[in-house]
Order: sequence, then structure tokens, then C-alpha cells
Amino acid sequence: MKTLVIYLMAEPETPELARAAVEGGADVVELGFPFSDPLADGPVIRRAAERALARGMRTKQCLEVLARTHELVPDTPLVPMTYASILEAYGWDRFAEDVAAAGGSSMIVADLPAGDRDGLRRIQLVAPTSTDERIALAGRQTDGWLYLVTLTGTTGARGDLSPALAGLVERARRLVDVPLYAGFGISTPEHARAAAELADGIVVGSRALEAAEGGTDALRDYVASLRAAL
Amino acid sequence: MNFGDYGGRYVPETLIPALDELTAGWEAACEDDSFHAELHHLLTTYAGRPTPLTLAERFAPGKRIYLKREDLLHTGAHKLNNAIGQVVLARRLGKRRIVAETGAGQHGVASATVCARFGLECVVYMGEEDMRRQQPNVERMGLLGAEVRSVDFGTKTLKEATSEAIRDWITNVETTHYLIGSCVGPAPYPEIVRELQRVIGNEAREQILAAEGRLPEVVVACVGGGSNAIGLFYGFLEDADVTIVGVEAAGAASLGTGRAAVLHGARSSVLADEDGQIADAHSISAGLDYPGVGPEHAYLRDIGRVEYVGATDDEALAAFRDLARTEGIIPALEPSHALARARELDEELILVGLSGRGDKDLAEALAHLR
Repeated sequence: MKTLVIYLMAEPETPELARAAVEGGADVVELGFPFSDPLADGPVIRRAAERALARGMRTKQCLEVLARTHELVPDTPLVPMTYASILEAYGWDRFAEDVAAAGGSSMIVADLPAGDRDGLRRIQLVAPTSTDERIALAGRQTDGWLYLVTLTGTTGARGDLSPALAGLVERARRLVDVPLYAGFGISTPEHARAAAELADGIVVGSRALEAAEGGTDALRDYVASLRAAL
Repeated sequence: MNFGDYGGRYVPETLIPALDELTAGWEAACEDDSFHAELHHLLTTYAGRPTPLTLAERFAPGKRIYLKREDLLHTGAHKLNNAIGQVVLARRLGKRRIVAETGAGQHGVASATVCARFGLECVVYMGEEDMRRQQPNVERMGLLGAEVRSVDFGTKTLKEATSEAIRDWITNVETTHYLIGSCVGPAPYPEIVRELQRVIGNEAREQILAAEGRLPEVVVACVGGGSNAIGLFYGFLEDADVTIVGVEAAGAASLGTGRAAVLHGARSSVLADEDGQIADAHSISAGLDYPGVGPEHAYLRDIGRVEYVGATDDEALAAFRDLARTEGIIPALEPSHALARARELDEELILVGLSGRGDKDLAEALAHLR
């Protein structure tokens, strides 16, 4: 069974949305802690971050959302995804401790590549541009699974699944021995099926945020459509 | 790669191999005489180096204030030094497409200029608010064949333009060189930009020694991202008797009122809130209207080698007008901040980096001066 990871932006409604995603078939939920200047993100997640910040979602509030989400879906791994500036301000170790205390499972820091701050346990990302050496390094350092960025670009839906994924999976299989989950540009059940034929799981973000705009039922239905395709 | 605890490479993994390639290409170029020869040829026959040193006697009676005239460089600002160097480097790396960000438009114009000279595709990201207040530079970039892409979200200024340029680079990294305009960004950019701007300080040091037979008591430059300042300061950092002053816009004082944060790939002193969210900067000068600063400036502040102070919009505007009326030189609003602080100093022999000319600022400045 392939793993389905759904990304949601941390906002007051997120615990209920996360529960709906789990009911629809999500195995893991990523929780975006918004940052004002998210370099890895395309317009959908950037705008969601701007809105969350305008609603007062700072690190403390995000940790509260994480804790409430953990209460609603205690068996689902919850992975905060954020940027280095948030950790720099909060304290790197303190952030990791408080995420764990709130029920988080690991974290993703989009602008902290493998090889930097090795003491901070986190899920590492590799991209089609990564050298074999860097894929091996990320595989050694990653916490549980490796995030394969399917394309050279920012987050956001695309028309087709990136043709770069197959080659990246092939190299990663050879170099690392952790599960490989593919994300960036995956939005439709067809993408999900095609990506899951290559990787061990998929991550869906921008399109999930758009579905979540329609409320819990819309999100549950959307996630179920992805689940059915896997 | 780092300046004390500042600097680093806080970027998505996608860019790390490109930064490694850039580092290797830069190191190879630095050791290659033909790179230095090509750069020197372009700087002297195309850009107009060396730029002169001008004594501004009427601007500050009783003092000897010398202006390092980067305003006389081709395209009207020091930005061309960096643009030429990076484009020569990009060509060595086989990149045919250049992406850049711009605030005041001076770096965008410099980028567009060098791309036109070498026949490279050039895309410049610029905030909507900056396009409004620096319209002449938008028109210049278009005439030079560059595509200016408006950035209409967030602050609509240099911060967002830089983020969008980096996102473009992430997307097109295999064909594209990111021509960053200041000594900011992930390593090795702050070092590359500094080395390409050091020509300002090297020339100024020789020139003032020739003119006065001694070093200046104080060296002053404006600091936004800080590239003209770092280039000028590097000519004098080893001279312990020379006081060095960087002047920030009071509403964009990343060094004066900022805190350690991560912006655009580097840890530096940044205008940010206690949660690490980047704050908006405010300055009449689009070139200083940026919440971050080069990581090496944060380091030079911390070790006490350079003193960083602020100047308000009104102080800069007064200096802008006064330099025009007393010396017949219309400075850009950015170095007008340095002029405002320089003329108040107690010392007598002062060197000021006049980083650019003010034609681009006329509409904005005159609207405020009336």
C-alpha cells in the first residue's frame, strides 16, 4: 500500500480539515507553518501562508494547531513543514522539542539542505538536480523517509507528472534504503497513480489546499479520489 | 562561505548543485588570468573605469569631502561592476539566460545592459511599487531588450522581487544564471559581489592618497543590501586609523534595528518580528527599501570594525538637493543618505561613496521637495 501525504496550512480550522483528510485516506499530514518569504513555494501555498500570517498564525499558534490536530488524529504522523527563519527565531533545538511535545513526527525545513545543521533530525529533500553524492547524504541523514522533489521548480499543480521523477527514483533506489515519497506538481488521481508506480508514496499540497477551501467534505472527497488511485 | 555566524546557504536543495557549480566556476575564474583580463578590458573600455574622485568643497565648507564618482560609471551606478563580472562568469559556465531582481532599477538596467552587450536573454523581476517610482529605469530596461516582470504581491518592492527571481532560478536553474545585485543571497554570492565591487575601494584608496598624500579619516557609504559599501570599505578595512561608517535608511535599518533571521538564502541581520517573519522596510529610496543586508556587514558590525547609522528620508532629500545646488551633481537618493551623515561628521577629511546618479529619482524627489 502506497503512502498518501497531504499538506495543509496551519490555521484555526486545520485540525478538523486534517481529520477529514485522514478519513479520506491520508496516512501522513504535513502542517505548513507559514513564513513570509517562502522561496520553495508557488503561488497557491504562498498565498495560503500570507493569509495564515494575516490571521495571526505565528509559531506559538501553529504549535497549538499541531497539538489540537494530534488530539483529533492521534495515530496519524503529523509533520510540520516550514522555513529556517522560523527556527532561527524560536531556537533550533527548542523548536524540535516543542514540535515533538505537541505530537509532531519529525519536520521538514524547506530551505535547510542536507549537510547543514546535522543535529536537527528532519525529513530531507532531494531534487532532480541533486548529485548522487547529495542523494546519498540526504538518505543517510533523513528521518524516516526521503522527499523526492519531482521537478526543478516551486510547489504547485502542473499539467503532467514530471518526467524527471523516474530518473530520480532510479538513482535514489540505488543510493538510499528508506521509503521514497514524491511531491511537487502532483494534483490529480492520474498523477498520483503514475507517481506511486515509481515511488513508495506521494505528497499533495497546493491542490489539497484548494480542496480544503471547500471545507471538510470537499477535502475528504478529494483525498479519497487520490487514495482510490493509489 | 560564512562571515562569523552569518551567511550560509538557506535555499531549497534544487539550488545546491548550482551553487556548487558557481563556486567552482568562480574559483577557477579567479585563478585564470584571461578572466581578469577580460574583466579589466570591459571595465576600462566599456564601463568607464576608473571613475574619478571629486572634491566637494561647496557642499561641505571647511571640510574636505571627496566623492567616489560611481555615478559617472556607464548606466549611472556601481551596479555595472558586478553585472559585468557575473555575466562574464555566467558565459564561462555556459549559461545563456540571466535572471535578476531590481529595486531602484539600477541593477536591472546594469543587467539588461550587459546582456544586450553579450546577446543574452535577460528577465528582471521588479516590484510594482518600484516600477511606479522608478519608471525611467523600467523604460530603459525595455529599450535594452530585457523583459521586466512585475511582482504584484506582498510589499511589491525589492524583497518580493528577489524572492520571485530566486523562484525563477529554481525553475530554470539548468539554463539560467541568477545575477544577484547585491552582496546578499546564499554563498558564494556575497563573496562574489564583494570581490567584483572591490574595484571601487581599490581605486578610491589610490586616488585619495594621490590627492591628499594620506588616507581619509572617515569612509562613508550608504547600505541597502550593501554592495557599494562593501566594495568601498574593503579598500580601507585593514587601515585601523580609518573610521568606516555605513548609512542605512532609517526605515530600513537592518543593521541598526534588525535581528538575526534568514532571508533570501542567508542568515544575516534582518528586519523581522520575534517569530522570524520578515518585516516591511520603508524608505523613499527604492534601492535601500530592503529588510535584509549582506551577511558580511552584520559581521563587520558585530566585530566593531564598521559603525552603522541611519538617515531619514528628509535628511537624504536635503542632501540630494544641496549636492545638486552646490556641486552641480545630482546624486541618487541612496548615496544621499551617506552625504547627509558625512557632512555632519566632526572629522575633516572624508571619503563618500557616491554610488549612483539621481536622474531616476527626479520625479519622486521633486514631489517630496515641493
